[in-house]
Amino acid sequence: MEIGSKKSKRGPRIFKVSGPVVVVENLDGRMYDVVLVGENQLMGEIIGIDGDLSIVQVYEDTEMLKPHDPVKNTGHPLSVELGPGLLTSIYDGIQRPLPKIAEGGPFMRRGISIPALSRDKKWKFVPTKNVGDIVNGGDAIGYVDETKNFRHLILVPPKISGKITKIEGGAFTVTETVCVLDDGNELQLMQRWPVKKRRPVKNKKWPDKILITGQRILDTLFPLAKGGTAAIPGPFGSGKTITQQQLAKWADAKIIVYIGCGERGNEMTDVLVEFPELVDPKTGSPLMERTVLIANTSNMPVAAREASSYTGITIAEYFRDMGYDVALMADSTSRWAEAMREISSRLEELPGEEGYPAYLASRLADFYERSGRAETLMGKEGSVTIIGAVSPQGGDFSEPVTQNTLRVTKTFWALDAKLANRRHFPSINWLKSYSLYQNNLSPSLEKEFLGWEDNRKKIMNILTKENELTEIVQLVGSDALPEDQQLTLEIARMIREYFLQQDAFHPVDTYCPLEKQHLIIKAILFFADNAYKALEMKKKLQDIMSLQSKTMLARAKFEKDYVKYLGKVVEQMETDFNSITGDEELEGI
Amino acid sequence: MREYKTINKITGPLLFVEKTKPVGYKEFVVINLPNGETKRGQVLETSKDHVIVQVFENTQGIDKNTYVHFSGEIIQMPVSGAMFGRVLSGIGKPLDGGRDIIPEDKRNIQGEVINPYSRKTPDEFIQTGISTIDGMNTLVRGQKLPLFSGSGLPHNDIALQIARQATVRGEEESFAVVFCAIGITQEEAKQFMNEFEKTGALERGVIFLNLASDPSIERIITPRMALTTAEFLAFEYGYHVLTIMTDMTNYCEALLEIGAAREEVPGRRGYPGYLYTDLATLYERAGIIKGKKGSVTQLPILTMPGDDKTHPVPDLTGYITEGQIFVSRNLHRKNIYPPIDVLPSLSRLMNSGIGHKKTREDHKSLSDQLYSAYAEGLDLRGLATIVGKDALTRRDQRLLSFADSFENTFVQQGKEENRPIETTLDIGWDLLSKLPENDLTRISSEILKKYYGRGEPAISRS
Ligand SMILES: Nc1ncnc2c1ncn2[C@@H]1O[C@H](COP(=O)(O)OP(=O)(O)OP(=O)(O)O)[C@@H](O)[C@H]1O
Ligand SMILES: [Mg+2]
Repeated sequence: MEIGSKKSKRGPRIFKVSGPVVVVENLDGRMYDVVLVGENQLMGEIIGIDGDLSIVQVYEDTEMLKPHDPVKNTGHPLSVELGPGLLTSIYDGIQRPLPKIAEGGPFMRRGISIPALSRDKKWKFVPTKNVGDIVNGGDAIGYVDETKNFRHLILVPPKISGKITKIEGGAFTVTETVCVLDDGNELQLMQRWPVKKRRPVKNKKWPDKILITGQRILDTLFPLAKGGTAAIPGPFGSGKTITQQQLAKWADAKIIVYIGCGERGNEMTDVLVEFPELVDPKTGSPLMERTVLIANTSNMPVAAREASSYTGITIAEYFRDMGYDVALMADSTSRWAEAMREISSRLEELPGEEGYPAYLASRLADFYERSGRAETLMGKEGSVTIIGAVSPQGGDFSEPVTQNTLRVTKTFWALDAKLANRRHFPSINWLKSYSLYQNNLSPSLEKEFLGWEDNRKKIMNILTKENELTEIVQLVGSDALPEDQQLTLEIARMIREYFLQQDAFHPVDTYCPLEKQHLIIKAILFFADNAYKALEMKKKLQDIMSLQSKTMLARAKFEKDYVKYLGKVVEQMETDFNSITGDEELEGI
Repeated sequence: MREYKTINKITGPLLFVEKTKPVGYKEFVVINLPNGETKRGQVLETSKDHVIVQVFENTQGIDKNTYVHFSGEIIQMPVSGAMFGRVLSGIGKPLDGGRDIIPEDKRNIQGEVINPYSRKTPDEFIQTGISTIDGMNTLVRGQKLPLFSGSGLPHNDIALQIARQATVRGEEESFAVVFCAIGITQEEAKQFMNEFEKTGALERGVIFLNLASDPSIERIITPRMALTTAEFLAFEYGYHVLTIMTDMTNYCEALLEIGAAREEVPGRRGYPGYLYTDLATLYERAGIIKGKKGSVTQLPILTMPGDDKTHPVPDLTGYITEGQIFVSRNLHRKNIYPPIDVLPSLSRLMNSGIGHKKTREDHKSLSDQLYSAYAEGLDLRGLATIVGKDALTRRDQRLLSFADSFENTFVQQGKEENRPIETTLDIGWDLLSKLPENDLTRISSEILKKYYGRGEPAISRS
């Protein structure tokens, strides 16, 4: 490699091209500087320096790049634009707006450079600070009402501070100066931030508020906290994407950042079609208005796929800094890990397990570390919740990406192909999943819904019991079980079918409020108590199982007016059990 | 001018060429052998030191006296609206004795990435006439839905039956077929060809043949040529194109070979770490584009080595495609045709293609119920062999016999039998009507009222 010896005469030139990795000679750059490669000025990033040679990963297809092509260093790290206009956007992995690109035709072209935020659109800026006020990094100087329900605070970028010498309200584009500080710093509605660097906060706190998802098995059995982390591993077709989309739709966060990382094009289209039409139950506005989409599909360049997670998390942190709750979905982190693996292998780095680079674990940990409930620089409370899908090869959870993810995430929703095959959705395995937030979240849930915690335990007990009994059934057959155990199996079936199963495509069932979750559980347990009693009174299991109220209970999840409906169901239960047990006393609900 | 006689090393399908002028990554290469033969290839890596060329044919006869010519262009293929009826080799040379394709345009065979924003969600129901597909794993126009099969199973029959019967209801026009053979045997290829000729599908088809006896490295480009053709016909001419690609496992073997020759760090089970990404560049070429008339529907076929669905080829395919149809050895042994195992099968786009105004209002809940009843029935079948049928409760016994009738009447059908969707759904209801209404918890009471026990009288509820 003596080629670089004549370097003083020439500017930076391509030395070698291998897939997304380009080796450049004579490039005077720093790690993570963004460079523009070739005649088309394809964007790339320096990921290694070796003597005279710099190693660059290119975010676009490198076909027909050749040695000796020119390279230019921008001197800046990969950054995102943060400001009004982010909401409802759909970007590729390096924050280029896809709708703008589509104006030039339906196919992705190379070397396109379009700013992420519109430079023409004017926003109405309302200052909340005055001349003479002292502001520090992270303070709000004013706001823009970006949508009907979203107040976009305009923040002083971290590390900047001073006394305001000029500030004015009115209509501005994102690049016009709205505020000047005494040290000459000019602030605009937009700021830039390097994606690989965490945005600072004052301090982090242990998450203690539930992120309500409206998904029964999640909220009741394995709840996630605002500012927490969750992993959803599962084989193909087991429901990762649907679960993520359900959360994107219904989670009670202020802002959703959804990253389609190396997955299907049509799934992004789905979101684009559906979200503008769905209404946020809390604000009454279209769900799209609280959403930012990052779409770097499986056939788009892998280096940009690698960048997409960073782009997404940086945007999420920015909204958190305003004091909002943000939820970020990454589908799928395995594709992100594979992008790392592909690039690492082009660099001929020493591979770790299954060919993944040795730094896989630390990259994953760094990513999930950017979640959390935090006191922001201006002293408000905000949070970033991260929900990462994992696509284990061969559906085997012992592979490196799943294992390294589980080490750093605190909620584990284990998807199960067996459940998916029988169309039990969401196919989350209740015996394998867990949430480490449970204990922190329980007290406030208990306060709101008396008996919540007890009921949850009862439900889990019945399900665990079912598992033991099924093992016995495998040996002796179902008919050989004593009737009370048969009843337990029936109750467990009710829990699975009436409660755990939830149809994402049903207009009512798709979202289940906490109160409804609580009432259904209570009704099932009420039925169970009475059924055991009836059995003790030597009533026939067959008769108990064909009570009308049981059939009614099955449909409760589809009822919109659930309070009234479940009231009727419980009444019917009382009548039903009275009729088979005679007039004997029944326990009230 | 850009021709060199500087091959320094040859390993497997790769040539290492030295002292070249700057050569482009993925540049198209023509190799001129001393004996006058020419071969084609593509640049896999380019640097000032050397260029690695991947040869698409076998490297027999290539020596240090061979000239390597760099074209200065990416691989392109001639395409034209008049390609129908043509039979081409795996690298696009005519096999039918006809002339070369007169190009109307030249297209980069890598294809271009569709902007996700420009895609239109596929939602038009394709009736294949096969109950297990239409009823429970519905195919829609623009979907990529592979057959996961094993050696010796009748996947070709199923693919042909689909190609023959596929229609979008209310439309006269039938599908244009692009058939892409990747390393299949002469006999298999013949089966397809005969059938296409017999049904006249060839007149609306283009055929690419890379057979088992052809060079394996060619397989890297065969599906790309086929898809380039399909896209051209779909998005320039507005055809609805059904692309059958078989056998994708052979394609992946070819990738494996190149990876090994380059001494790459392998991913799982020896396959290259980029297998997922590479397959995605093929499968994601299915779809519909906003504002364009045509569509590309993909029906890839792959044989799972050792019937193992966790093998990287089916596994990574399943992660990219929009579902999969499982062809089961077990059902095949029981003489059930088509031996489609619905349980592990899935069509992710089913929900957008079915229901009121598309198929029928009861379609989804009927399908869900059939799934759960059949799954339970199968569990019990296993149990019954251990503990005996009599040890089961009455409910369990009912489900057990449901599973049998499901296989014998719903799954089982003739190779020529083309069932309208209504027939498929009605057969489903006949089966469900043998279970007590109370057990059908997947179905709303309104739908039950309308369809349960229709047709044959329901058995009494005991
Ligand atoms: N909650 C649900 N309600 C109804 N159907 C569901 C639900 N979850 C999953 N499904 C069904 O399962 C199919 C597969 O789900 P999904 O696409 O989320 O799988 P995945 O785990 O993301 O797979 P892949 O890894 O291949 O992307 C969906 O198309 C849908 O039909
Ligand atoms: Mg998915």
